[in-house]
Amino acid sequence: MYKLILAMRYLLKRRITYFAVLAVALCVFIVVIVMTVMTGLVRDFKQKNHDFAGDCIVGSESLVGFAYYEDFVKELEQNQFIEGVSEVIKSYALLSPQGRDVSRGVEIIGIDPVRHSRATGFGRTLYYRKNNVEKAFAPSYDPNLLGCVLGIDLALDRHADSGYSYYDSPVRLGLAITCFPLTARGALAGAATAPVNTKTFYYSDHSHSGLARVDDSVVYLPFDQAQALCGMAGATKRINAIHVKFKGGVELQAGCDRIRRLWQEFKADKSGESQAYLLDTVTVQSWKVYRRTLIAAMEKEQTMMGVMFGFVGIVTVFIVLVVFYMLISHKSKDIGVLRSIGASKVDIIELFAGFAFMVGGLGALVGVLGGWQFLLKINKIEDWLFENFGYQVWDRTMFAIGDIPNEVSPKVLAAIVVAAIAACLIGALVPSWQAIRLKPTETLQVNQL
Amino acid sequence: MSKDNLILQAKGLEKSYKMGATRVEVLKGVNLDVQKGEFVAIIGASGSGKSTLLHILGALDRPDKGTVCFEGRDLNRMFAGTKIRTWISWTLMFGLLSKILRTGAKELHGDINEFRNKMVGFVFQFYHLLDELNVLENTTLPAMASRSIFGWFGARKWANSRAEELLNQFALGERIKHKPYQLSGGERQRVAIARALMNEPRLLLADEPTGNLDSATGSGILDVLEKLNEAGQTIVMVTHDDRIARRAGRVITLADGRING
Ligand SMILES: Nc1ncnc2c1ncn2[C@@H]1O[C@H](COP(=O)(O)OP(=O)(O)OP(=O)(O)O)[C@@H](O)[C@H]1O
Ligand SMILES: [Mg+2]
Repeated sequence: MYKLILAMRYLLKRRITYFAVLAVALCVFIVVIVMTVMTGLVRDFKQKNHDFAGDCIVGSESLVGFAYYEDFVKELEQNQFIEGVSEVIKSYALLSPQGRDVSRGVEIIGIDPVRHSRATGFGRTLYYRKNNVEKAFAPSYDPNLLGCVLGIDLALDRHADSGYSYYDSPVRLGLAITCFPLTARGALAGAATAPVNTKTFYYSDHSHSGLARVDDSVVYLPFDQAQALCGMAGATKRINAIHVKFKGGVELQAGCDRIRRLWQEFKADKSGESQAYLLDTVTVQSWKVYRRTLIAAMEKEQTMMGVMFGFVGIVTVFIVLVVFYMLISHKSKDIGVLRSIGASKVDIIELFAGFAFMVGGLGALVGVLGGWQFLLKINKIEDWLFENFGYQVWDRTMFAIGDIPNEVSPKVLAAIVVAAIAACLIGALVPSWQAIRLKPTETLQVNQL
Repeated sequence: MSKDNLILQAKGLEKSYKMGATRVEVLKGVNLDVQKGEFVAIIGASGSGKSTLLHILGALDRPDKGTVCFEGRDLNRMFAGTKIRTWISWTLMFGLLSKILRTGAKELHGDINEFRNKMVGFVFQFYHLLDELNVLENTTLPAMASRSIFGWFGARKWANSRAEELLNQFALGERIKHKPYQLSGGERQRVAIARALMNEPRLLLADEPTGNLDSATGSGILDVLEKLNEAGQTIVMVTHDDRIARRAGRVITLADGRING
């Protein structure tokens, strides 16, 4: 009992323990904020990539693509664990607004909007046709025109403070798309006559995926049009990729493995066909692997943050250790007295462990509450900074993030609190261990001198 | 006096300290018997080893050689038992097995911490009260030390009333909520005596209880001790002052590491 009372008194009466509590609180505060923002950013980023790609991608990096896909798509669609399948054309093109002599390079993605929305999050990224995906390529100003969906940064201006300025309906805008059709052998298809295919599409909607690279360089075209433009619509049709979404509850790796097996069988079946060699360029990847170069960079940053704040944690352990060292050397007389009235070594360790627990718990509580409050206001604070000083943590003209993520995860909080308390216990261990190694008579004598 | 009345029996106590390269032999074979109800004063020059002896008698320290028997129980064995118990605590931490083993070791050898808690009460020259606790809490500390939180809630009423009774006896009834720094030296020493008596120890050990007080205050403390002795309390007191020692029932002199007379 006296342990609890004494631990409380040490906590309240010794000013130095306030410093220990403050150090712990500060450390917890910083870690809570950084971890929340960082995990939020990484989670958002992964989610956006997942939405963009679907669950599993059967595709070729080669611009030539691969043939016989119709049979494989049919096979996939017969499988119970698959929710949606979308055939996709991917290539590069030149884009020039009608009536102007400028052009820029873009990526084109040819899709069936309904099928693609079933396999990926495409439909949700649209603006005008969000709830009407089948009309994604039908411009509202003239539904009979050939439409195209632009990455949002190709269509609209972005402002640092307020995001995009939207219009009630898409402005009439014709865009000439020029492609380089390739033969199945990878040569320019019409090299002798006209080496390029050009067609005009009209801006029907824009897609906001939240991925900077996608939003400022991708143009979605109707599947058939894209296939024809790229020279893939001949007698043996070709595509570049199949995006697949699994039914809920299907584990990502297991699903991809099943598709990989199906693909191997399919490839074996087709080995006798004339363009079977194209099937060798095809890989089956989960979305995580498919987008790994982007995600890995982000995850690396997160890991580095983790390591850095691991060091912050070590510093906290050190501060606590110093504080405890000072406190316990001040209190060696108390230890001698307690031992003289029958407190055991275990009791003394428990006393200081209890004290450390209180310091850690209190510090963590203050830090978590502070961090939480700060996170609740973090976007307001950023807005205020921007309005008054023109400062943004992430320059929105460069970074494709909206609000700073501030959703605290109870798991992360719990982990931080446990770590803070553990740090205090570790910091208290060394000095209290030393304290009990002293003989009681020695500690009592020190003060007599 | 009969042997049954012996409360403390020290035989051949030796103790030396290492001071750099040399060894200081402080006790060189001390024999001492204390009867129940006695008031013994140990005198000797400064540095003669009085405190060292008292600490060994009260199991605050261990002799290099020799034995101390308290009511027939060997303190050395108790130290060994406690060592085993502590070791079990570190290695097994909590749990049933740990508890069984520790209980076993206690049955076999006794426990030095329990001995310090129940059998002896220490009064130090410099009071050694805990600054963070008030007078009442300092006094009840020995009662708290031997109890868990739940045990304490059961015993608190009894402990507080016993402490108040003791403090009243020592004219400190008005000051139970005060902190040690608010008390005079004599008052602090009386709190220390109350603390030492809290668990009704068989033996009260006092190391120069008046050494830090003026003679009038010191005399007051001695009155307290005398009264306790009259009520049956066995006391061993260390002092270097002949006049103070004379108020005890028996005076023994420690010189050159041995007891004379
Ligand atoms: N922990 C220790 N380490 C080294 N030497 C010690 C230790 N404790 C005591 N001594 C030495 O042992 C001798 C006896 O010390 P002790 O405190 O028992 O003397 P004392 O008779 O109580 O003296 P005083 O009247 O001044 O209190 C002294 O010379 C002291 O320096
Ligand atoms: Mg002394």
